[in-house]
Amino acid sequence: AAAGLCPCRALLSRWVGPLRALCGSLRGLATGPETHFGFQTVTEEERREKIYHVFESVAEKYDVMNDSMSLGIHRVWKDILMHKMNPSPGTLLLDVAGGTGDIAFRFINYVRAARERQLQRKLRHHQNLSWQEIAESYQEDTLNSLGDSQVVVCDINKEMLKVGKQKAAHLGYSEGLSWVVGNAEELPFDDDKFDVYTIAFGIRNVTRMDLALQEAYRVLKPGGRFLCLEFSHVNNPLLSRLYDLYSFQVIPVLGQVIAGDWKSYQYLVESIRRFPPQEEWKAMIEDAGFFKVDYQNLNSGIVAIHSGFKL
Amino acid sequence: EQEEEEGEEEERYYQLYPGHIPTTPLQKVLLAAGSAVMALYDPYRHDMVAVLGETTGCLALPSLRDKMKHHPEGYRILQERPRIRLSTLDMGRLRGLPDGTLGREYIRFLEDNKVSPDTRMPPKFVDDEELAYVIQRYREVHDLMHTLLGMPTNMLGEVVVKWFEAVQTGLPMCVLGAVFGPVRLSTRKLQVLATELVPWAIRSGRNASFVLNVYYEQRWEQSVESLREEIGIFPPP
Repeated sequence: AAAGLCPCRALLSRWVGPLRALCGSLRGLATGPETHFGFQTVTEEERREKIYHVFESVAEKYDVMNDSMSLGIHRVWKDILMHKMNPSPGTLLLDVAGGTGDIAFRFINYVRAARERQLQRKLRHHQNLSWQEIAESYQEDTLNSLGDSQVVVCDINKEMLKVGKQKAAHLGYSEGLSWVVGNAEELPFDDDKFDVYTIAFGIRNVTRMDLALQEAYRVLKPGGRFLCLEFSHVNNPLLSRLYDLYSFQVIPVLGQVIAGDWKSYQYLVESIRRFPPQEEWKAMIEDAGFFKVDYQNLNSGIVAIHSGFKL
Repeated sequence: EQEEEEGEEEERYYQLYPGHIPTTPLQKVLLAAGSAVMALYDPYRHDMVAVLGETTGCLALPSLRDKMKHHPEGYRILQERPRIRLSTLDMGRLRGLPDGTLGREYIRFLEDNKVSPDTRMPPKFVDDEELAYVIQRYREVHDLMHTLLGMPTNMLGEVVVKWFEAVQTGLPMCVLGAVFGPVRLSTRKLQVLATELVPWAIRSGRNASFVLNVYYEQRWEQSVESLREEIGIFPPP
């Protein structure tokens, strides 16, 4: 009986109910000292601690689990994000909650390819220069294969960064890449520094998302772009039921079998349900001062890319 | 409440014991399949063997519990719930016991094979608190089985113990382990296994009284031989 009322549901927190009802009551709770951890109610400090432990324990198997859970599709989502960003050489990117480096490595590949095309175009135009002049300009440019582009990977969790650095060493990424420990709610960077700010599958783990948005606004240069790739809400009712079934029945099992950790993946699927839907998230981004805020649904809303500009 | 049924999420706060993770039947099936595959793929994933045991044991565990209930010593074990771990064992005292006693040989087994009773995983997916204890007891007694059967912890020894346990308990996980474990053995070992060890393990298993009904903690001073005779385990080949 009590389970039918929204506030009671949120407070009791043991009744798991429809997404919308949860999100409504959640918004009220998220700003107070009490907040949610998946479907549990905890204080903000407890939440930060619990989430830190979740990522500490999943760090080693993070990439394997991503591939298993999404059947490799997460790679496509991240590629789409990069194409949407379309960075040109010379871009300075801040990738927050970038942990294991997926976005950073894609960025480097993208600008490297863009830089090569740029150089080729330049060479084609150098029809009237002497061989000496061409060779000299070519030499300068090859030393600058990224065209001064840089990406800073910032993550609150040292284990995730450790895995990211190991991956970078293994895959041969070194130029234009930095790793920084930092909290999205309080970034260790100066104002107006970055051209692009990305946060891929990270914002839902931030306890004060409003502060993270304010920080994003602060560190971006005027004209800078905010891009967020995150699990969102599925509109299609049939797909939604299948997605719920898969999320709650299969994913924790995969977590137990592959990573030996049921609880972290239970948290993951619950935290997805707790995240605001597309329009609400868009409103929050606008509240932080961003303009031209828009979103693009991928796979009917399983994932959404939100974009905004600091003007 | 219709909304909750449609939600298909389990009541996470209905924890029956610390570490309990309630699971739906579908999840149990998926876990059983996944853990079986993973256990075969990576034999070092002992946690997967444990999970397989828990998810497939729903029929066997109640009958094991009943066997314990209807036996005086087994009943006492269910009441008192003894645990075999480094903190409850008096290692010094056991080491000081004469050779050939259960306590001394058990310690020798632990040291020779470099294992510890504390590495046994606590149950997570058993949906009954008493049955969770039964499976926990089975896990903790496993090392004592090794001692009584005189089998080391290499692949061959483990398979032999699994055959014995399969006959004794009927747990599907033991049966699967007994049947699929030998897959990774060399032909020479397989031969020894098939001709000598397995028949002996089966005969002992059938002849012996139920091993979970023995209050081992009260029998450290008893000699291994006399305990074997009492239970009905034939001397190892």
